[in-house]
Amino acid sequence: MSDAFRADSPAVVPEAAGVARRSLLKGTAGILAAGMFPAVHAQEKIVLRYLGTAVNQDKAIAEKFKADTGIEIQYVAVTTDDVTKRAVTAPNSFDLIDTEYFSLKKIVPTGNLKGIDTKRIKNADKITTLFTTGMVAGKAVGDQGTAPKKVIYLEGEKSKKFATAPTQFMSLIPTTYNADTLGIRPDLIKRPVNSWAELLNPEFKGKTAILNIPSIGIMDAAMVVEAMGIYKYPDKGNMTKKEIDLTIKTLIEAKKQGQFRALWKDFNESVNLMASGEVVIQSMWSPAVTAVRTKGIACNFQPLKEGYRAWAAGFGLPATLSGRKLDGAYEFINWFLDGWAGAYLNRQGYYSAVLETAKSKMEAYEWAYWMEGKPATQDIKSPNGDVLAKAGAVRDGGSYESRMGGIACWNALMDENNYMVQKWNEFVAA
Amino acid sequence: MSMTTTPSLPAAAVPGRTIAAWWQAAPFTLVFALFFLTPLTLIVMVSFWDFNEYELLPGFTFKNYVSIFAGCGDASEGLCVTLKTYYSTLKFSFLVWLITLVIGFTVAYFLAFHVRSSGMQTLLFVLCTIPFWTSNVIRMISWVPLLGRNGLVNQTLMGMNLIETPIEWLLFSDFSVVLAFVHLYTMFMIVPIFNSMMRIDRSLIEAASDSGASGWQTLWNVIVPLSRTGIIIGSIFVITIVMGDFVTIGVMGGQQIASIGKIIQVQTSYLQFPLAAANAVILLAVVLMIIWGLTRLVDIRKEL
Repeated sequence: MSDAFRADSPAVVPEAAGVARRSLLKGTAGILAAGMFPAVHAQEKIVLRYLGTAVNQDKAIAEKFKADTGIEIQYVAVTTDDVTKRAVTAPNSFDLIDTEYFSLKKIVPTGNLKGIDTKRIKNADKITTLFTTGMVAGKAVGDQGTAPKKVIYLEGEKSKKFATAPTQFMSLIPTTYNADTLGIRPDLIKRPVNSWAELLNPEFKGKTAILNIPSIGIMDAAMVVEAMGIYKYPDKGNMTKKEIDLTIKTLIEAKKQGQFRALWKDFNESVNLMASGEVVIQSMWSPAVTAVRTKGIACNFQPLKEGYRAWAAGFGLPATLSGRKLDGAYEFINWFLDGWAGAYLNRQGYYSAVLETAKSKMEAYEWAYWMEGKPATQDIKSPNGDVLAKAGAVRDGGSYESRMGGIACWNALMDENNYMVQKWNEFVAA
Repeated sequence: MSMTTTPSLPAAAVPGRTIAAWWQAAPFTLVFALFFLTPLTLIVMVSFWDFNEYELLPGFTFKNYVSIFAGCGDASEGLCVTLKTYYSTLKFSFLVWLITLVIGFTVAYFLAFHVRSSGMQTLLFVLCTIPFWTSNVIRMISWVPLLGRNGLVNQTLMGMNLIETPIEWLLFSDFSVVLAFVHLYTMFMIVPIFNSMMRIDRSLIEAASDSGASGWQTLWNVIVPLSRTGIIIGSIFVITIVMGDFVTIGVMGGQQIASIGKIIQVQTSYLQFPLAAANAVILLAVVLMIIWGLTRLVDIRKEL
């Protein structure tokens, strides 16, 4: 609109023409459209609004992608809950969504997402089997909760239903995933920790914290309840009202006895709680542990005998996306699976969806440390150059296979979600 | 309010109620209608709707209100969540109101009656606003490293050998919440109280002292009654802010302390808009009742 206006306005034309000539010489076609040829709107550069949580929105990724393709990524960073809320209530406010698989049960029935055509995704058949069949190294992992394999395929491009068998259309193309466990301060605990039950161990009274995102926090609580031997859930990711009552009751009793120092809701809160020593054991995300460590403070992402609570995020496309923006979004997804971004994420302690391409962009010693669980042969650095581990160190949880193979359950959206949120509020108010 | 209570006389018959006056009021009326009354009506409407995981279902149901008070009739279980939450929210409102009132009144009194030159008055007044040059959240968060288990206060006390182990209740407690609120909102008390104190005719104070009143008697019988408008306005500010807050209580309370605002926020983030709307309507009713009660004590329109 404004381009056309500028072309019509005589006062501006000479300047615009000058700009156009100069940029023509430079060979950047993008600016050409501005001012001079309002009809050539197809040449306008693409800007993709990328909705997701701050965790996956790395500036370096957007910069590298722009350098490679000329397409600009505009990050819209909100919390996990808000990603879902916007996908449901304002599907036209983004061009690409980065959300977790468990949110799909809310988003897909609205018809706001379009199935991603795997024929247009170059590496689609190389996506790790964890997503497509729920297997790691040929062994099935725990599928309690919203395991990606249950929600990854749609019946068709415009379907509002999940397919039970693989189809051509995926709901989300996986980006990052990981298996969460408890983070601990080994220097303050001074003894081995090997069970989720330790979170409610009175020994750590007033020094523990739990995640205050109800749908994730309840899963951590369920891991604790099982580890304490109070109850064994048929499916932790889909509790009955009675099971929710029991889980929340356990939490409330612990809270009343002063077990928790705080509850946390975002990444930075968890880092601060741990780094300041307010808390010595809490549910935690792997990159948050890394963040504490880069401050020079000892912090373990502690493997536990009951296994991990896994999560996975992926890219989805809004149903209304079309034309060049849609092509741009596909280009971004293809670029993302092509290795550079995967290697970048692997170095942050996440896992990438296509391991093969990521491996080709990582040094052999990095791959051995991050993915094979071998001791580092030289210092391991984060993508921005901080030393994360000294030579000789071994990654918490070992290799990809032993960590992802140890999944006990997945982040979930329960059928009784409304009831669960209400009960969670009770826990917060107790 | 005044529009509805105006008797049905022809507009022009009342002095000052000409067409021009209505026109003058129109822009604000429009803004008020568009940005306040319409959304409020929508909230009330939605509070009677049903909902599922991902959509609102228009209709008319009392379900949301019923579920908010679920279990409140059963006294054996102790207070239900909603009442407990209101209790905690009201408790904070009361404590913060009381403390900000005492501090605000003292500061305003000092500024109005002890500082003689108006230049000094302005300077000190600007000094009071300095904390407001940074954002709310930053002012709040800056307390955390100070009050923490290994924070400055605990380290100092331990360094002076006054305590053996760190004091735990300094942070993530009722204490830290009230402290942050007082820090954040005392200014809202100072300004209106100072304002009404400056309007007090100084000869009244002279007269009081000539009649043999002591300092306390002058304060209690002359200054406090004449500052009443400022006190009430400041109280309305502080109470309404604290009643609706969820950020301060969240950050300073370690997310472990309930507030109505927090519950509404959680519900909206889980797309439970009708439930959140019903909660908002109840909260609004409670706050309006408090304000109504306060305005019984003083006729603000007359005093201004």
